[in-house]
Amino acid sequence: MAQLIKNQAVAVDAWKTLEIAEGETPETVALPAGDVIFPLAVWQARKAEIISCHKRIGLLITPDDRVEDVAADLDYFIVIAVHFPRFVDGRGYSTAALLRQRYGYQGELRAVGDVLHDQLFFMKRVGFDSYALKDGKSVDFALAAGFTPFAEPYQGATDQPEPHFRRRSA
Amino acid sequence: MYKYDAIDRQLVNERVAQFRDQVRRWQDGELTDDEFRPLRLQNGLYVQRHAPMFRIAVPYGLLNSTQLRKLAFLARTYDRGYGHFTTRHNLQLNWPQITDVPDMLAHLAEVEMHAIQTSGNCIRNITTDQFAGVAADEVIDPRPLAEILRQWSTFHPEFAFLPRKFKIAISGTREDRAVTWFHDIGLHLVEGPGGETGFRVIVGGGLGRTPIRGQVVREYLPWQHILSYCEAILRVYNRFGRRDNAYKARIKILVQALGVEEFARQVEAEWVHGKDGPATITQAEFDRVAAHFVAPAYETLPAADREFEQRRQSEKAFARWVDRNTHAHKVPGYAAVTLSLKPHGVAPGDITSDQMDAVAGLADRYSFGELRISHEQNIILADVRQSNLYALWQEAKAIGLATPNIGLLTGIICCPGGDFCDLANAKSIPIATAIQQRFDDLDYLFDIGEIDLNISGCMNACGHHHVGHIGVLGVDKNDAEFYQVTLGGRQGNDAKLGKVIGPSFSAGEMPDVVDKIIKVYIENRHTDERFLDTLDRIGIDPFKNRVYEGRAHGRAKAAEKEAA
Repeated sequence: MAQLIKNQAVAVDAWKTLEIAEGETPETVALPAGDVIFPLAVWQARKAEIISCHKRIGLLITPDDRVEDVAADLDYFIVIAVHFPRFVDGRGYSTAALLRQRYGYQGELRAVGDVLHDQLFFMKRVGFDSYALKDGKSVDFALAAGFTPFAEPYQGATDQPEPHFRRRSA
Repeated sequence: MYKYDAIDRQLVNERVAQFRDQVRRWQDGELTDDEFRPLRLQNGLYVQRHAPMFRIAVPYGLLNSTQLRKLAFLARTYDRGYGHFTTRHNLQLNWPQITDVPDMLAHLAEVEMHAIQTSGNCIRNITTDQFAGVAADEVIDPRPLAEILRQWSTFHPEFAFLPRKFKIAISGTREDRAVTWFHDIGLHLVEGPGGETGFRVIVGGGLGRTPIRGQVVREYLPWQHILSYCEAILRVYNRFGRRDNAYKARIKILVQALGVEEFARQVEAEWVHGKDGPATITQAEFDRVAAHFVAPAYETLPAADREFEQRRQSEKAFARWVDRNTHAHKVPGYAAVTLSLKPHGVAPGDITSDQMDAVAGLADRYSFGELRISHEQNIILADVRQSNLYALWQEAKAIGLATPNIGLLTGIICCPGGDFCDLANAKSIPIATAIQQRFDDLDYLFDIGEIDLNISGCMNACGHHHVGHIGVLGVDKNDAEFYQVTLGGRQGNDAKLGKVIGPSFSAGEMPDVVDKIIKVYIENRHTDERFLDTLDRIGIDPFKNRVYEGRAHGRAKAAEKEAA
């Protein structure tokens, strides 16, 4: 089990992520009850059904998904999980930046998958606020040092839209 | 040159601490090799044939004498007393220990240097023209914008894990000297209708395995928008560039796959959101950074120094050096000087610690304490008084850095090749050395005139062989090293790729092959024609015919083999 860091603290994860097993399709997979994170394809195929039986809805975006396709639906989601299949696959950073900066998503934005200590700073900067730290990595060390290797970055991002040069005292 | 402020200093110091901790965790087993690899790469640390190779950034090629002395110290203390300047404004050390690198980074930070993003799939060192700020034909000094780009690209959170490496070059002259047609993004100065500064944005160029000349994505971009526009390009690339195959992951492949019109459309659609946003460069920021690049305290001098002219008349060797290794300066009475790192018989781009110390001294005495590294792997002293050229020449000669071969056949661009590099298919340095030995006669070298010979030990093209007038590429055939020759490549505004002339050659054949090519030029040239002019006029065939004359091909060659 990954260990969840949320709002700079260890948190208990109440969400289950729906996995589509072999032989199932987004159209046919059974929708479990409770707090569920639905893959984007399931959301697209079963939107009305999900809305009718779930109050709290989560969405899973993988690197091949286009965030534009759900841009109009963001108000439905309490959590959006962005999946990093490998930590060197950086597409999730753009996904997060778009969700926060362009589409104004305000809910929980969670990094899931190959989430490692040395990427937490970048993740925080593009707009993640929760992190499913990979199993075996130290949550305490992440909280102590993972988010703050650099105190004052140069460029603007979600956490600080103004680049340093605009905040410089003359 | 740019001086760090408190924030700049804090960032590089934090980087040292971060990497020290990463090395510790890797040693303690908290980081696996796979997890550590991208982290060390983003600090310029490769694991190579003999030892780790450590690549230090020289942002846009600018150094002061204190920094060069520090590099000399590092090479002497942690390596074998020499370093190698690359074609992208970096110094490489070939033999350091991984565990020493945090200390080396700390030493670099003391003199406002680093190895940030000198490797890995991220935005690399920003490169520009080695004569920035002094070139007689310069329209704007690109260095302030290069520094602004450096800061913007440093730890950019969205673009730290791109599909592949990403190189940006910026040129402030009409005649491009920064190879902008062959970078992931090339920003080439264009003046707006009212004379405002702007850039033509060229995307998707690159050498390497699939050499492609970049394409124009935007004809005119006002300078204030270069950061937001680069972000738009990078976002499209980060999202849609291929990640399934490292050889097809550069942005050039994406541009080719989409077509430049569609790629440009996507970039423009993205840019609509960032245009005029916070990344827009303010005049105040430009002025703040530009203030670091003010001209040094030039004296008012006559355009020509009498004694200098007399020396030039009377000493042929000095005249030759002046002819090849000095360059027009925008201030009367001054010249820019190239110290050749291509003495015959030494690996091109290599320099010893002692030479670095000596060059630092030359910079202090003759050029306001500053110097530059060129993409041709030489050192430039940019602001030398004409009246000091003779003394400088003598001192440079004494340390072996006054070979008058800039722009000539033996001023070879060459990668470290199979002697050092894990990627290489073939050695490159011995080929360069053999050619330099063959053409060791200065009279002949000058008679041959301007010609770029570039050598790469593999298709990754660190030696820029595609844009050499003569290009040499090391290839591997059945575990033996062979060399493929191209003709007609060039950099500059009319940059293009060379054409392969035919089957490859063994290392031993290479000096003869180059010799034959040169002979065809000499026999065919018109007065005042450079190699490239003759080649363009008569075409590639006469060269090909001479080189392969008497050489068995195809079936004949197979039969010959059979017989043997």
